[in-house]
Amino acid sequence: MVTQASTREAYGKTLLELGRENTNIVVIGGDLNKSTMTTFFAKEFPDRFFDCGAAEQNMMSISAGLASSGKIPFVSTFAVFGSGRPFDQIRISIAQARANVKIVVTHAGIITGSDGMSAHGIEDLALMCSLVGFTVVVPADARETAQVIRSVAEMDGPCYIRLSRPATPLICPEGYRFQPGKASVFRPGGDVSILATGIMVAKALEAAGTLAQEGIDARVVNVSTLKPIDQECIIRCAHETGAIVTAEEHLKHGGLGSIVSQVLVENCPVPVSTVAIEDVYSHSGEADELLQLRGLTPEKIQVAVREVVARKG
Amino acid sequence: MESRARVIRRHIVKMTAAAGSGHPGGSLSAVELLTALYFRVLRHNPSDPHWLDRDRFILSKGHCVPVLYSVLAEAGYFDVKELQTFRKVGSLLQGHCHVMTPGVEQCAGSLGQGLSFGIGAALAGRLDGRDYTVYVMIGDGECDEGQVWEAAMAASHFRLDNLVAIVDRNRIQNDRHTSEAMEIEPIADKWASFGWTVKEIDGHDLAQVVDALEAAHQQDGERHAIIAHTTKGKGVSFMEDNPEFHGKAPNPEQLQKALQELS
Repeated sequence: MVTQASTREAYGKTLLELGRENTNIVVIGGDLNKSTMTTFFAKEFPDRFFDCGAAEQNMMSISAGLASSGKIPFVSTFAVFGSGRPFDQIRISIAQARANVKIVVTHAGIITGSDGMSAHGIEDLALMCSLVGFTVVVPADARETAQVIRSVAEMDGPCYIRLSRPATPLICPEGYRFQPGKASVFRPGGDVSILATGIMVAKALEAAGTLAQEGIDARVVNVSTLKPIDQECIIRCAHETGAIVTAEEHLKHGGLGSIVSQVLVENCPVPVSTVAIEDVYSHSGEADELLQLRGLTPEKIQVAVREVVARKG
Repeated sequence: MESRARVIRRHIVKMTAAAGSGHPGGSLSAVELLTALYFRVLRHNPSDPHWLDRDRFILSKGHCVPVLYSVLAEAGYFDVKELQTFRKVGSLLQGHCHVMTPGVEQCAGSLGQGLSFGIGAALAGRLDGRDYTVYVMIGDGECDEGQVWEAAMAASHFRLDNLVAIVDRNRIQNDRHTSEAMEIEPIADKWASFGWTVKEIDGHDLAQVVDALEAAHQQDGERHAIIAHTTKGKGVSFMEDNPEFHGKAPNPEQLQKALQELS
C-alpha cells in the first residue's frame, strides 16, 4: 500500500517554515484559509497574514501591491477562485507587471469531488499557462510540494502552484530534487514515454508496472512544471522511445497534452495519445468514482500506451 | 502651479494629437489634482523612482495616463520630448499605465484594480514601519466596477490610514454621462458608508485641492476619500463636458484651437 499524504498540508507546513526564515513573506487568503491550510502561518504570524474575505479580485490586486513594495505574497484559495474568477486581475496586476506573487491553489480538479462541477478546477492550467512570464507547477505529491514551495519563494516572478483536496500517494523517490522547468524520469523505459503531471504520475507508474508484465517497457516522466515546459526532455523522450502518452487531471484542451503535442509537432512528430478530461463537466461524486467516470485511470493509460505503440509501425 | 497646470494641459492635447488616439477628456479633468500632488504634496524623488520611502500615486483610471506622463515629465522622471512618442512602437509611454515607465507604480487598463493595489502598497508600508502615503485616483465611471467596493470595504477592515482615494467626478464615462450609463449617486454617501471620511471639493480649484490632499495624508486613523468635482475636457472649450473626447484625440485643426485656448 502506497502511503498517502496531503499536498495542501505540506504547503501549509512549508509556508510556516518559510515565514520563520524570511520576514518578507506575507500570506493572503480569501475566507478559505482552513482549507488551504494557510492557518498554520496565520496563527504564528498574524501581522503578516491578510484575509480578504470572499473577494478574490481584490485579493489578487492587493497581492500585486504588496509585491510592488518588496513583499513576497503567497495568495491562496481554491483552484477555481484563484484562476478563472480573478483572471483579469492576475493578467493586468500580476502578469503584465511581472509581480513577484505566488498563487498557490488547492482543491484542483475533479477529485475535489462532491461539491460538483462549479468546484472542479479543470480549466485552470490552460488559463494560467496562457499568461506571459508565469511559472506553472503541479507537484506530483506532498514531498514534491514542499520542495516546490521553497523553490518558488526564492524565484523572482509570478507563479501558479496547483494542489489537491484529498491526500494523494507519496511517489517521489527519496532524494528527489525538484528543479523548476525540469521534468524528471521516475521510471526508465524504452518503448514509450508516459508524460504525466500531478496526481496522474502515480497512475502512470501503476500503468507502467502492469505494462511491463505485457512486455511493454514504459518510461514514466513527472512533468511538474508545465510552464516553462521542458522541451528538451520531451524531444529526448520522443527520439528515444518513439511514442508519447500524456496524462493529466485537466481538460484535454490547453493542458499538458496540448503543450506536449505542440512541442512534438514542431520538433519531432511521433504518435501521441492524451489521457485527459474530454470536453465535459462532471457531476458530484467521490473522487475515485469521478476518476473512473472520466477515464483518469491506470487502465486508460494502458489502453493509450498500447494504441501509440501499435502506431509506431 | 496654475501656469504649470496650463503647460500640462498643452502636453495632453499635443501628445494625444501626435498619437492620433488616447483619452484627453479624463486627463484634462485631473490636471489640477495631479499638479498639486506632484508639485506640492507627494514626497518623491524623480531621480530615484523606486525610493522605498516615496509616497505612491496610483492612477487606477489608467486610460487617463496622458496627464500622469505629463506631470512625470515636468517633474523630471524622463525627458519632456518623450511625450511625443506616446502610444508609438518602442515608446516608454504605453497607451495605459505600465511599470516600464519611470514613476509609474502599477499596470492598469482594466478598471477597478488600483485601490486594491494601493491597499497592498499601504499594508507593506505599515509592516515595514515606513510612513509613506498611498494615493489612488479612481474615475467616477470606474466606480461601476465591483472591485472598487471590495477594496473600499477592505481598506476599512484593515484600518488603513495611509491610503487616500481620489474620485475624479467628471460625470462622463466612455459612452455617455454617468447618470445615463450607470447612476453612481449618492457617491459620497457610498464612500462614507464603507468607512471613509469624505470631502467634496472643486477639483479645479488648486487651493481647495491642496488643502484636501494635505488634510488627507495626516495618517490620523481615518481613510480619506476626496470627491473632486471636475469638468471633463477642462480648459478646451469644445472638449468640455463632451463625451466625444473621452477617448478621441484632437485632429490637427482642433489641436491648434486647443493650444490657442491654452496659451
